[in-house]
Amino acid sequence: MDNRPVGLRPGVAGTTLRYAALTVAALVFLLPFYLIVRNGLSTEAEITSPEWSLFPSSLHWENITELFTDPSVPMAHALWNSLVIAVLQTGGQLLLGSLCGYGLARIPYKHANKVFYLIVATLMVPAAVTFVPSFVLVSSLGWVSSLRGLVIPGLFAGFTAFMFRQYFLSFPRELEEAARIDGLGHWGTFWRIVVPNSGGFFAAVAVIQFIGSWNAFLWPLVIGQDESSWTVQVAMSTFLTAQNVNIHELFVAAAVGILPLVLVFVVLQRFLVRGVAETGIKG
Amino acid sequence: MLIFNYIPIGWSAYLSFFDAQGTVTPDTFVGLDNYADMLTGPFAQSLLTFSVFALFIVPLTFALALGLAVAVNRIRFARAFFRSVFFLPTACSYVVAAMVWKLSLFSGVRFGLANTVLDWFGQDPVAWLSNPDPPWYWVVLVTARLWLQVGFYMILFIAGLQRIPDSLYEAAYVDGAKPGWQVFRHITFPQLRPTSIAVLLLSLIAAYQAFDEFYNLLGTARGYPDFGRPPLVYLYYLALGQTQDYGHGSAGALILALLIALVTLLQGQVLGFGRRD
Repeated sequence: MDNRPVGLRPGVAGTTLRYAALTVAALVFLLPFYLIVRNGLSTEAEITSPEWSLFPSSLHWENITELFTDPSVPMAHALWNSLVIAVLQTGGQLLLGSLCGYGLARIPYKHANKVFYLIVATLMVPAAVTFVPSFVLVSSLGWVSSLRGLVIPGLFAGFTAFMFRQYFLSFPRELEEAARIDGLGHWGTFWRIVVPNSGGFFAAVAVIQFIGSWNAFLWPLVIGQDESSWTVQVAMSTFLTAQNVNIHELFVAAAVGILPLVLVFVVLQRFLVRGVAETGIKG
Repeated sequence: MLIFNYIPIGWSAYLSFFDAQGTVTPDTFVGLDNYADMLTGPFAQSLLTFSVFALFIVPLTFALALGLAVAVNRIRFARAFFRSVFFLPTACSYVVAAMVWKLSLFSGVRFGLANTVLDWFGQDPVAWLSNPDPPWYWVVLVTARLWLQVGFYMILFIAGLQRIPDSLYEAAYVDGAKPGWQVFRHITFPQLRPTSIAVLLLSLIAAYQAFDEFYNLLGTARGYPDFGRPPLVYLYYLALGQTQDYGHGSAGALILALLIALVTLLQGQVLGFGRRD
Protein backbone atom coordinates (compact mmCIF):
# COMPACT_ATOMS: atom_id res chain seq x y z
CA MET A 1 0.00 0.00 0.00
CA ASP A 2 1.21 3.48 -0.79
CA ASN A 3 1.39 5.40 2.44
CA ARG A 4 3.48 8.23 1.12
CA PRO A 5 2.13 11.78 1.09
CA VAL A 6 -0.30 12.32 -1.77
CA GLY A 7 2.05 14.77 -3.47
CA LEU A 8 4.74 12.13 -3.80
CA ARG A 9 2.56 9.48 -5.40
CA PRO A 10 2.73 9.10 -9.15
CA GLY A 11 0.00 10.87 -11.11
CA VAL A 12 -2.46 9.25 -13.52
CA ALA A 13 0.05 9.29 -16.37
CA GLY A 14 2.75 7.80 -14.15
CA THR A 15 0.44 5.07 -12.90
CA THR A 16 -0.68 4.17 -16.41
CA LEU A 17 2.91 4.01 -17.57
CA ARG A 18 3.79 1.83 -14.62
CA TYR A 19 1.01 -0.64 -15.34
CA ALA A 20 1.87 -0.72 -19.02
CA ALA A 21 5.52 -1.50 -18.26
CA LEU A 22 4.58 -4.14 -15.70
CA THR A 23 2.14 -5.81 -18.09
CA VAL A 24 4.74 -6.02 -20.85
CA ALA A 25 7.30 -7.39 -18.39
CA ALA A 26 4.79 -9.92 -17.05
CA LEU A 27 4.05 -11.17 -20.58
CA VAL A 28 7.76 -11.61 -21.25
CA PHE A 29 8.18 -13.50 -17.98
CA LEU A 30 5.25 -15.79 -18.73
CA LEU A 31 6.25 -16.46 -22.33
CA PRO A 32 8.65 -19.35 -21.53
CA PHE A 33 5.93 -21.07 -19.47
CA TYR A 34 3.54 -20.72 -22.37
CA LEU A 35 6.12 -22.08 -24.81
CA ILE A 36 6.57 -25.18 -22.65
CA VAL A 37 2.84 -25.90 -22.77
CA ARG A 38 2.50 -24.97 -26.43
CA ASN A 39 5.39 -27.16 -27.54
CA GLY A 40 4.36 -29.97 -25.24
CA LEU A 41 0.96 -30.16 -26.90
CA SER A 42 2.11 -29.72 -30.48
CA THR A 43 3.38 -32.23 -32.98
CA GLU A 44 7.03 -32.39 -33.87
CA ALA A 45 6.31 -31.02 -37.34
CA GLU A 46 4.48 -28.03 -35.95
CA ILE A 47 7.23 -27.04 -33.52
CA THR A 48 9.89 -27.16 -36.19
CA SER A 49 7.76 -25.56 -38.88
CA PRO A 50 9.38 -22.47 -40.45
CA GLU A 51 6.06 -20.67 -40.07
CA TRP A 52 5.97 -19.75 -36.39
CA SER A 53 2.50 -19.74 -34.87
CA LEU A 54 1.40 -18.67 -31.41
CA PHE A 55 -1.23 -21.38 -31.06
CA PRO A 56 -0.92 -24.99 -32.13
CA SER A 57 -3.55 -25.95 -34.68
CA SER A 58 -4.73 -28.81 -32.51
CA LEU A 59 -3.89 -30.00 -29.01
CA HIS A 60 -2.13 -33.32 -28.74
CA TRP A 61 -2.85 -34.56 -25.23
CA GLU A 62 -1.64 -38.02 -26.21
CA ASN A 63 1.91 -36.61 -25.97
CA ILE A 64 1.61 -37.07 -22.22
CA THR A 65 0.86 -40.79 -22.38
CA GLU A 66 3.50 -41.10 -25.08
CA LEU A 67 6.11 -39.70 -22.72
CA PHE A 68 5.28 -42.11 -19.92
CA THR A 69 5.12 -45.15 -22.18
CA ASP A 70 8.29 -44.39 -24.13
CA PRO A 71 10.77 -47.07 -22.99
CA SER A 72 13.80 -44.95 -23.95
CA VAL A 73 12.82 -42.17 -21.52
CA PRO A 74 12.64 -43.33 -17.87
CA MET A 75 10.58 -40.31 -16.90
CA ALA A 76 8.25 -41.88 -14.35
CA HIS A 77 11.20 -43.38 -12.52
CA ALA A 78 13.12 -40.08 -12.64
CA LEU A 79 10.11 -38.27 -11.16
CA TRP A 80 9.97 -40.81 -8.37
CA ASN A 81 13.70 -40.39 -7.68
CA SER A 82 13.38 -36.62 -7.55
CA LEU A 83 10.44 -36.84 -5.19
CA VAL A 84 12.17 -39.28 -2.83
CA ILE A 85 15.35 -37.21 -2.78
CA ALA A 86 13.58 -33.89 -2.26
CA VAL A 87 11.37 -35.25 0.53
CA LEU A 88 14.21 -37.02 2.35
CA GLN A 89 16.54 -34.05 2.05
CA THR A 90 13.94 -31.55 3.14
CA GLY A 91 12.88 -33.66 6.11
CA GLY A 92 16.43 -34.52 7.08
CA GLN A 93 17.64 -30.96 6.87
CA LEU A 94 14.75 -29.69 8.94
CA LEU A 95 15.40 -32.27 11.64
CA LEU A 96 19.20 -31.98 11.77
CA GLY A 97 19.31 -28.25 11.12
CA SER A 98 16.74 -27.37 13.76
CA LEU A 99 18.29 -29.63 16.41
CA CYS A 100 21.75 -28.29 15.68
CA GLY A 101 20.53 -24.69 15.58
CA TYR A 102 18.61 -25.06 18.81
CA GLY A 103 21.56 -26.63 20.56
CA LEU A 104 23.83 -23.81 19.47
CA ALA A 105 21.37 -21.12 20.42
CA ARG A 106 20.15 -22.39 23.77
CA ILE A 107 22.24 -25.14 25.34
CA PRO A 108 25.22 -23.70 27.20
CA TYR A 109 28.38 -25.47 26.13
CA LYS A 110 31.96 -24.36 26.45
CA HIS A 111 32.87 -24.75 22.81
CA ALA A 112 29.54 -23.67 21.33
CA ASN A 113 31.12 -20.63 19.72
CA LYS A 114 33.92 -22.64 18.13
CA VAL A 115 31.43 -25.13 16.71
CA PHE A 116 29.39 -22.25 15.38
CA TYR A 117 32.39 -20.73 13.61
CA LEU A 118 33.29 -24.11 12.13
CA ILE A 119 29.78 -24.22 10.69
CA VAL A 120 29.93 -20.67 9.37
CA ALA A 121 33.26 -21.48 7.73
CA THR A 122 31.63 -24.21 5.63
CA LEU A 123 29.22 -21.63 4.28
CA MET A 124 32.13 -19.81 2.69
CA VAL A 125 33.09 -22.83 0.61
CA PRO A 126 30.08 -23.55 -1.56
CA ALA A 127 29.21 -27.17 -2.26
CA ALA A 128 29.68 -26.52 -5.95
CA VAL A 129 33.41 -26.08 -5.40
CA THR A 130 33.87 -29.23 -3.34
CA PHE A 131 32.14 -31.46 -5.85
CA VAL A 132 35.37 -33.04 -7.06
CA PRO A 133 36.58 -34.25 -3.65
CA SER A 134 33.02 -35.02 -2.56
CA PHE A 135 32.65 -37.23 -5.57
CA VAL A 136 35.90 -38.99 -4.72
CA LEU A 137 34.66 -39.57 -1.17
CA VAL A 138 31.25 -40.84 -2.21
CA SER A 139 32.68 -43.10 -4.89
CA SER A 140 35.15 -44.65 -2.44
CA LEU A 141 32.15 -45.41 -0.22
CA GLY A 142 30.60 -47.15 -3.21
CA TRP A 143 27.61 -44.85 -3.28
CA VAL A 144 27.76 -43.74 -6.92
CA SER A 145 24.43 -44.21 -8.73
CA SER A 146 22.63 -44.87 -5.49
CA LEU A 147 20.02 -42.99 -3.54
CA ARG A 148 22.37 -42.85 -0.55
CA GLY A 149 24.99 -41.00 -2.57
CA LEU A 150 22.41 -38.52 -3.79
CA VAL A 151 20.69 -37.80 -0.48
CA ILE A 152 23.14 -38.18 2.38
CA PRO A 153 25.89 -35.66 1.48
CA GLY A 154 23.21 -33.00 1.08
CA LEU A 155 21.79 -33.53 4.55
CA PHE A 156 24.51 -31.71 6.44
CA ALA A 157 23.95 -28.15 5.41
CA GLY A 158 25.66 -25.58 7.57
CA PHE A 159 23.33 -23.01 6.12
CA THR A 160 20.17 -24.58 7.56
CA ALA A 161 21.78 -24.91 10.99
CA PHE A 162 22.91 -21.30 10.78
CA MET A 163 19.42 -20.08 9.90
CA PHE A 164 17.78 -22.08 12.67
CA ARG A 165 20.29 -20.81 15.20
CA GLN A 166 19.56 -17.20 14.24
CA TYR A 167 15.84 -17.90 14.43
CA PHE A 168 15.96 -19.64 17.82
CA LEU A 169 18.02 -16.81 19.30
CA SER A 170 15.01 -14.57 18.75
CA PHE A 171 12.50 -17.11 20.06
CA PRO A 172 10.77 -15.77 23.22
CA ARG A 173 12.71 -17.15 26.17
CA GLU A 174 9.75 -16.77 28.56
CA LEU A 175 7.91 -19.64 26.87
CA GLU A 176 10.86 -21.95 27.32
CA GLU A 177 11.39 -20.92 30.93
CA ALA A 178 7.77 -21.71 31.69
CA ALA A 179 8.33 -25.18 30.23
CA ARG A 180 11.51 -25.58 32.28
CA ILE A 181 9.59 -24.82 35.47
CA ASP A 182 7.03 -27.42 34.47
CA GLY A 183 9.86 -29.95 34.52
CA LEU A 184 10.77 -30.31 30.85
CA GLY A 185 14.41 -30.73 29.80
CA HIS A 186 15.98 -29.25 26.65
CA TRP A 187 14.67 -32.13 24.57
CA GLY A 188 11.11 -31.88 25.87
CA THR A 189 11.08 -28.09 25.61
CA PHE A 190 12.25 -28.28 22.04
CA TRP A 191 9.63 -30.77 20.89
CA ARG A 192 6.64 -29.62 22.94
CA ILE A 193 7.11 -25.87 23.04
CA VAL A 194 9.55 -24.59 20.46
CA VAL A 195 8.65 -26.69 17.40
CA PRO A 196 4.86 -26.31 17.66
CA ASN A 197 5.28 -22.55 17.91
CA SER A 198 7.63 -22.23 14.93
CA GLY A 199 5.43 -23.64 12.16
CA GLY A 200 5.83 -20.64 9.88
CA PHE A 201 9.60 -20.69 10.00
CA PHE A 202 9.79 -24.45 9.48
CA ALA A 203 7.47 -24.12 6.48
CA ALA A 204 9.58 -21.33 4.99
CA VAL A 205 12.79 -23.35 5.28
CA ALA A 206 11.02 -26.45 3.96
CA VAL A 207 9.74 -24.74 0.81
CA ILE A 208 13.12 -23.21 0.01
CA GLN A 209 14.82 -26.53 0.62
CA PHE A 210 12.35 -28.54 -1.42
CA ILE A 211 12.74 -26.28 -4.44
CA GLY A 212 16.51 -26.39 -4.09
CA SER A 213 16.55 -30.20 -3.94
CA TRP A 214 14.15 -30.66 -6.81
CA ASN A 215 16.09 -28.32 -9.08
CA ALA A 216 19.59 -29.43 -8.07
CA PHE A 217 21.59 -30.43 -11.09
CA LEU A 218 25.38 -30.63 -10.70
CA TRP A 219 25.49 -33.17 -7.87
CA PRO A 220 22.77 -35.49 -9.28
CA LEU A 221 24.59 -35.31 -12.63
CA VAL A 222 27.90 -36.31 -11.06
CA ILE A 223 26.44 -39.13 -8.94
CA GLY A 224 23.57 -40.35 -11.11
CA GLN A 225 25.72 -42.14 -13.66
CA ASP A 226 23.28 -44.97 -14.06
CA GLU A 227 19.90 -44.47 -15.68
CA SER A 228 18.11 -45.91 -12.63
CA SER A 229 19.34 -43.06 -10.41
CA TRP A 230 18.58 -40.16 -12.73
CA THR A 231 16.54 -37.32 -11.34
CA VAL A 232 14.11 -35.36 -13.50
CA GLN A 233 16.73 -32.69 -14.15
CA VAL A 234 19.41 -35.16 -15.20
CA ALA A 235 16.99 -37.09 -17.40
CA MET A 236 15.90 -33.92 -19.19
CA SER A 237 19.46 -32.73 -19.57
CA THR A 238 20.55 -36.04 -21.06
CA PHE A 239 17.94 -35.82 -23.77
CA LEU A 240 18.59 -32.13 -24.30
CA THR A 241 22.27 -32.68 -25.06
CA ALA A 242 21.69 -35.86 -27.05
CA GLN A 243 21.85 -35.89 -30.83
CA ASN A 244 18.31 -36.93 -31.61
CA VAL A 245 15.88 -35.09 -29.46
CA ASN A 246 12.22 -35.76 -29.49
CA ILE A 247 11.26 -32.15 -28.97
CA HIS A 248 7.61 -32.46 -28.04
CA GLU A 249 8.31 -35.22 -25.51
CA LEU A 250 11.05 -33.10 -23.97
CA PHE A 251 8.62 -30.24 -23.45
CA VAL A 252 5.99 -32.50 -21.93
CA ALA A 253 8.74 -33.68 -19.58
CA ALA A 254 9.55 -30.08 -18.71
CA ALA A 255 5.90 -29.35 -17.98
CA VAL A 256 5.63 -32.43 -15.79
CA GLY A 257 8.93 -31.54 -14.11
CA ILE A 258 7.91 -28.02 -13.10
CA LEU A 259 4.28 -28.76 -12.27
CA PRO A 260 4.93 -30.02 -8.68
CA LEU A 261 7.03 -26.95 -7.96
CA VAL A 262 4.60 -24.49 -9.44
CA LEU A 263 1.92 -26.06 -7.22
CA VAL A 264 4.10 -25.95 -4.10
CA PHE A 265 5.01 -22.44 -5.07
CA VAL A 266 1.50 -21.12 -5.54
CA VAL A 267 0.09 -22.80 -2.43
CA LEU A 268 2.96 -21.91 -0.10
CA GLN A 269 4.05 -18.65 -1.63
CA ARG A 270 3.39 -16.74 1.58
CA PHE A 271 6.02 -18.79 3.42
CA LEU A 272 8.41 -18.69 0.53
CA VAL A 273 8.39 -14.93 0.17
CA ARG A 274 8.83 -14.61 3.92
CA GLY A 275 11.67 -17.10 3.94
CA VAL A 276 13.49 -15.37 1.11
CA ALA A 277 12.97 -11.93 2.59
CA GLU A 278 14.16 -13.06 6.03
CA THR A 279 17.17 -15.07 5.09
CA GLY A 280 18.20 -13.37 1.89
CA ILE A 281 19.83 -16.53 0.63
CA LYS A 282 18.31 -19.32 -1.34
CA GLY A 283 19.10 -22.76 0.06
CA MET B 1 28.71 -32.55 8.87
CA LEU B 2 32.39 -33.09 9.50
CA ILE B 3 32.60 -36.02 7.08
CA PHE B 4 30.81 -34.43 4.18
CA ASN B 5 32.19 -30.93 4.50
CA TYR B 6 35.65 -30.95 6.02
CA ILE B 7 37.05 -34.20 4.67
CA PRO B 8 36.38 -33.21 1.04
CA ILE B 9 37.97 -29.82 1.57
CA GLY B 10 41.00 -31.30 3.31
CA TRP B 11 41.37 -34.08 0.79
CA SER B 12 41.05 -31.58 -1.99
CA ALA B 13 43.89 -29.51 -0.55
CA TYR B 14 45.99 -32.67 -0.28
CA LEU B 15 45.28 -33.81 -3.83
CA SER B 16 46.06 -30.42 -5.26
CA PHE B 17 49.77 -30.90 -4.51
CA PHE B 18 50.02 -34.23 -6.31
CA ASP B 19 49.99 -35.60 -9.81
CA ALA B 20 46.67 -37.35 -9.35
CA GLN B 21 45.34 -38.60 -12.65
CA GLY B 22 42.71 -41.31 -12.30
CA THR B 23 43.69 -41.97 -8.69
CA VAL B 24 42.83 -40.50 -5.33
CA THR B 25 45.79 -41.92 -3.42
CA PRO B 26 48.61 -40.33 -5.39
CA ASP B 27 52.31 -40.73 -4.71
CA THR B 28 53.96 -38.16 -6.98
CA PHE B 29 54.36 -34.92 -5.12
CA VAL B 30 54.45 -32.01 -7.54
CA GLY B 31 54.28 -29.09 -5.14
CA LEU B 32 52.69 -26.01 -6.58
CA ASP B 33 52.93 -27.14 -10.21
CA ASN B 34 49.21 -27.84 -10.42
CA TYR B 35 48.46 -24.31 -9.29
CA ALA B 36 50.91 -22.86 -11.78
CA ASP B 37 49.37 -24.93 -14.58
CA MET B 38 45.89 -23.88 -13.64
CA LEU B 39 46.70 -20.19 -13.44
CA THR B 40 48.40 -20.10 -16.82
CA GLY B 41 46.39 -22.66 -18.80
CA PRO B 42 42.81 -22.81 -20.03
CA PHE B 43 41.52 -22.49 -16.49
CA ALA B 44 42.65 -18.86 -16.47
CA GLN B 45 40.75 -18.51 -19.74
CA SER B 46 37.64 -19.86 -18.04
CA LEU B 47 38.03 -17.34 -15.22
CA LEU B 48 38.03 -14.70 -17.94
CA THR B 49 34.86 -16.23 -19.38
CA PHE B 50 33.31 -15.96 -15.97
CA SER B 51 34.35 -12.31 -15.67
CA VAL B 52 32.60 -11.47 -18.93
CA PHE B 53 29.51 -13.30 -17.69
CA ALA B 54 29.57 -11.51 -14.33
CA LEU B 55 30.08 -8.17 -16.03
CA PHE B 56 26.79 -8.65 -17.86
CA ILE B 57 24.70 -10.56 -15.40
CA VAL B 58 25.34 -8.71 -12.14
CA PRO B 59 24.48 -5.15 -13.24
CA LEU B 60 21.56 -6.33 -15.38
CA THR B 61 20.11 -8.40 -12.54
CA PHE B 62 20.55 -5.50 -10.15
CA ALA B 63 18.88 -2.93 -12.39
CA LEU B 64 16.02 -5.14 -13.47
CA ALA B 65 15.28 -6.47 -9.97
CA LEU B 66 15.33 -2.97 -8.50
CA GLY B 67 13.17 -1.59 -11.29
CA LEU B 68 10.57 -4.30 -10.90
CA ALA B 69 10.57 -3.99 -7.11
CA VAL B 70 10.01 -0.24 -7.22
CA ALA B 71 7.28 -0.62 -9.84
CA VAL B 72 5.50 -3.46 -8.04
CA ASN B 73 5.85 -2.11 -4.53
CA ARG B 74 3.73 1.01 -4.94
CA ILE B 75 0.86 -0.09 -7.12
CA ARG B 76 -2.56 -0.59 -5.58
CA PHE B 77 -4.20 -3.01 -7.92
CA ALA B 78 -2.98 -6.52 -8.82
CA ARG B 79 0.21 -6.12 -6.80
CA ALA B 80 0.26 -9.71 -5.58
CA PHE B 81 -0.38 -10.89 -9.13
CA PHE B 82 2.60 -9.08 -10.61
CA ARG B 83 4.83 -10.09 -7.74
CA SER B 84 3.92 -13.74 -8.25
CA VAL B 85 4.48 -13.59 -12.01
CA PHE B 86 8.00 -12.21 -11.64
CA PHE B 87 8.83 -14.60 -8.82
CA LEU B 88 7.43 -17.70 -10.52
CA PRO B 89 10.51 -18.50 -12.68
CA THR B 90 12.40 -19.10 -9.42
CA ALA B 91 10.48 -22.38 -9.26
CA CYS B 92 12.02 -23.50 -12.56
CA SER B 93 15.32 -25.26 -12.84
CA TYR B 94 18.17 -24.14 -15.05
CA VAL B 95 17.66 -27.31 -17.05
CA VAL B 96 14.09 -26.36 -17.95
CA ALA B 97 15.13 -22.81 -18.79
CA ALA B 98 18.00 -24.08 -20.92
CA MET B 99 15.59 -26.33 -22.78
CA VAL B 100 13.16 -23.53 -23.61
CA TRP B 101 15.95 -21.15 -24.55
CA LYS B 102 17.81 -23.65 -26.67
CA LEU B 103 14.96 -25.36 -28.48
CA SER B 104 12.31 -22.70 -28.70
CA LEU B 105 13.46 -19.14 -28.12
CA PHE B 106 16.97 -19.10 -29.49
CA SER B 107 16.99 -22.08 -31.74
CA GLY B 108 19.67 -21.57 -34.35
CA VAL B 109 17.39 -22.39 -37.26
CA ARG B 110 14.38 -20.69 -38.74
CA PHE B 111 11.73 -21.90 -36.31
CA GLY B 112 13.29 -20.29 -33.24
CA LEU B 113 11.21 -17.41 -31.92
CA ALA B 114 14.12 -14.97 -31.84
CA ASN B 115 14.96 -15.71 -35.46
CA THR B 116 11.30 -15.39 -36.42
CA VAL B 117 11.26 -11.93 -34.88
CA LEU B 118 14.49 -11.05 -36.71
CA ASP B 119 12.86 -12.25 -39.89
CA TRP B 120 10.00 -9.77 -39.45
CA PHE B 121 12.61 -7.04 -39.59
CA GLY B 122 14.22 -8.58 -42.63
CA GLN B 123 17.29 -9.86 -40.80
CA ASP B 124 19.01 -13.15 -41.45
CA PRO B 125 18.65 -15.90 -38.85
CA VAL B 126 21.43 -16.08 -36.28
CA ALA B 127 23.14 -19.29 -35.20
CA TRP B 128 22.76 -18.37 -31.56
CA LEU B 129 24.65 -21.14 -29.82
CA SER B 130 26.86 -22.92 -32.30
CA ASN B 131 28.95 -20.01 -33.53
CA PRO B 132 31.44 -18.26 -31.23
CA ASP B 133 31.99 -15.38 -33.65
CA PRO B 134 30.16 -13.08 -33.16
CA PRO B 135 29.52 -14.33 -29.61
CA TRP B 136 25.72 -14.23 -29.67
CA TYR B 137 25.65 -17.12 -27.20
CA TRP B 138 26.11 -14.57 -24.41
CA VAL B 139 22.66 -13.17 -25.17
CA VAL B 140 21.18 -16.62 -24.64
CA LEU B 141 23.11 -17.35 -21.45
CA VAL B 142 22.48 -13.98 -19.84
CA THR B 143 18.77 -13.78 -20.65
CA ALA B 144 18.16 -17.31 -19.37
CA ARG B 145 19.76 -16.55 -16.02
CA LEU B 146 18.03 -13.17 -15.82
CA TRP B 147 14.64 -14.80 -16.25
CA LEU B 148 15.40 -17.32 -13.53
CA GLN B 149 16.87 -15.11 -10.85
CA VAL B 150 15.48 -11.60 -11.19
CA GLY B 151 12.30 -12.44 -9.24
CA PHE B 152 14.29 -13.69 -6.27
CA TYR B 153 16.32 -10.49 -5.99
CA MET B 154 13.16 -8.46 -6.60
CA ILE B 155 11.69 -9.99 -3.41
CA LEU B 156 14.80 -8.91 -1.50
CA PHE B 157 14.40 -5.37 -2.82
CA ILE B 158 10.69 -5.31 -1.95
CA ALA B 159 11.52 -6.39 1.60
CA GLY B 160 14.11 -3.62 1.71
CA LEU B 161 11.67 -1.03 0.35
CA GLN B 162 9.11 -1.91 2.98
CA ARG B 163 11.60 -1.24 5.76
CA ILE B 164 11.99 2.40 4.70
CA PRO B 165 9.93 4.46 7.16
CA ASP B 166 7.15 6.55 5.67
CA SER B 167 8.22 9.49 7.83
CA LEU B 168 11.26 9.94 5.56
CA TYR B 169 9.00 10.46 2.56
CA GLU B 170 6.84 12.85 4.53
CA ALA B 171 9.91 14.86 5.50
CA ALA B 172 11.04 14.93 1.87
CA TYR B 173 7.63 16.17 0.81
CA VAL B 174 7.68 18.94 3.39
CA ASP B 175 11.12 19.92 2.13
CA GLY B 176 9.67 20.27 -1.35
CA ALA B 177 11.09 17.20 -3.07
CA LYS B 178 9.61 16.41 -6.46
CA PRO B 179 8.06 12.97 -6.84
CA GLY B 180 9.83 10.52 -9.10
CA TRP B 181 13.53 10.58 -9.78
CA GLN B 182 14.45 13.10 -7.07
CA VAL B 183 12.87 11.12 -4.26
CA PHE B 184 14.28 7.87 -5.58
CA ARG B 185 17.77 9.32 -5.92
CA HIS B 186 17.92 10.99 -2.49
CA ILE B 187 15.77 8.77 -0.27
CA THR B 188 14.84 5.39 -1.68
CA PHE B 189 18.19 4.41 -3.16
CA PRO B 190 20.41 5.44 -0.20
CA GLN B 191 18.02 3.69 2.21
CA LEU B 192 18.33 0.49 0.19
CA ARG B 193 22.12 0.36 0.58
CA PRO B 194 22.32 -2.83 2.70
CA THR B 195 19.92 -4.65 0.35
CA SER B 196 21.80 -3.41 -2.69
CA ILE B 197 25.10 -4.70 -1.37
CA ALA B 198 23.54 -8.05 -0.53
CA VAL B 199 22.04 -8.37 -4.02
CA LEU B 200 25.32 -7.48 -5.73
CA LEU B 201 27.34 -9.96 -3.69
CA LEU B 202 24.81 -12.79 -3.85
CA SER B 203 24.41 -12.50 -7.61
CA LEU B 204 28.18 -12.34 -8.03
CA ILE B 205 28.72 -15.48 -5.95
CA ALA B 206 25.93 -17.22 -7.85
CA ALA B 207 27.63 -16.28 -11.13
CA TYR B 208 30.93 -17.82 -9.93
CA GLN B 209 29.09 -21.09 -9.55
CA ALA B 210 27.37 -21.00 -12.93
CA PHE B 211 27.24 -24.48 -14.34
CA ASP B 212 23.76 -25.72 -15.15
CA GLU B 213 22.80 -23.40 -17.97
CA PHE B 214 26.24 -23.46 -19.61
CA TYR B 215 26.33 -27.24 -19.54
CA ASN B 216 22.85 -27.61 -20.95
CA LEU B 217 22.92 -24.79 -23.48
CA LEU B 218 26.36 -25.31 -24.99
CA GLY B 219 27.07 -28.98 -24.30
CA THR B 220 26.17 -31.57 -26.92
CA ALA B 221 26.52 -35.31 -27.29
CA ARG B 222 29.86 -34.65 -28.98
CA GLY B 223 31.21 -32.78 -25.97
CA TYR B 224 31.59 -29.19 -24.98
CA PRO B 225 32.88 -26.45 -27.30
CA ASP B 226 36.09 -24.56 -26.51
CA PHE B 227 34.35 -21.25 -25.96
CA GLY B 228 32.10 -20.19 -23.12
CA ARG B 229 33.50 -22.39 -20.36
CA PRO B 230 33.02 -20.91 -16.91
CA PRO B 231 35.30 -22.31 -14.16
CA LEU B 232 32.96 -25.01 -12.87
CA VAL B 233 32.22 -26.41 -16.31
CA TYR B 234 35.94 -26.56 -16.99
CA LEU B 235 36.58 -28.36 -13.69
CA TYR B 236 33.75 -30.79 -14.35
CA TYR B 237 35.22 -31.94 -17.65
CA LEU B 238 38.76 -31.93 -16.28
CA ALA B 239 38.11 -33.97 -13.15
CA LEU B 240 35.21 -36.19 -14.15
CA GLY B 241 35.77 -36.46 -17.87
CA GLN B 242 38.15 -38.89 -19.50
CA THR B 243 41.34 -37.58 -17.92
CA GLN B 244 40.04 -37.86 -14.33
CA ASP B 245 42.67 -35.34 -13.36
CA TYR B 246 41.84 -34.89 -9.69
CA GLY B 247 45.10 -33.06 -8.91
CA HIS B 248 44.53 -30.19 -11.31
CA GLY B 249 40.81 -30.31 -10.59
CA SER B 250 41.39 -29.85 -6.88
CA ALA B 251 43.86 -27.04 -7.42
CA GLY B 252 41.31 -25.26 -9.59
CA ALA B 253 38.56 -25.86 -7.05
CA LEU B 254 40.68 -24.35 -4.30
CA ILE B 255 41.54 -21.28 -6.37
CA LEU B 256 37.83 -20.83 -6.99
CA ALA B 257 36.99 -21.43 -3.31
CA LEU B 258 39.57 -18.84 -2.31
CA LEU B 259 38.04 -16.27 -4.65
CA ILE B 260 34.56 -16.95 -3.31
CA ALA B 261 35.76 -16.88 0.30
CA LEU B 262 37.30 -13.47 -0.38
CA VAL B 263 34.00 -12.16 -1.68
CA THR B 264 32.14 -13.72 1.26
CA LEU B 265 34.56 -12.20 3.76
CA LEU B 266 34.01 -8.85 2.12
CA GLN B 267 30.30 -9.45 2.55
CA GLY B 268 30.94 -10.33 6.21
CA GLN B 269 32.74 -7.05 6.69
CA VAL B 270 30.00 -5.04 5.08
CA LEU B 271 26.92 -6.78 6.41
CA GLY B 272 28.04 -8.25 9.73
CA PHE B 273 27.24 -11.74 8.46
CA GLY B 274 27.74 -14.39 11.13
CA ARG B 275 27.94 -11.88 13.93
CA ARG B 276 26.60 -13.01 17.25
CA ASP B 277 23.61 -10.84 17.99
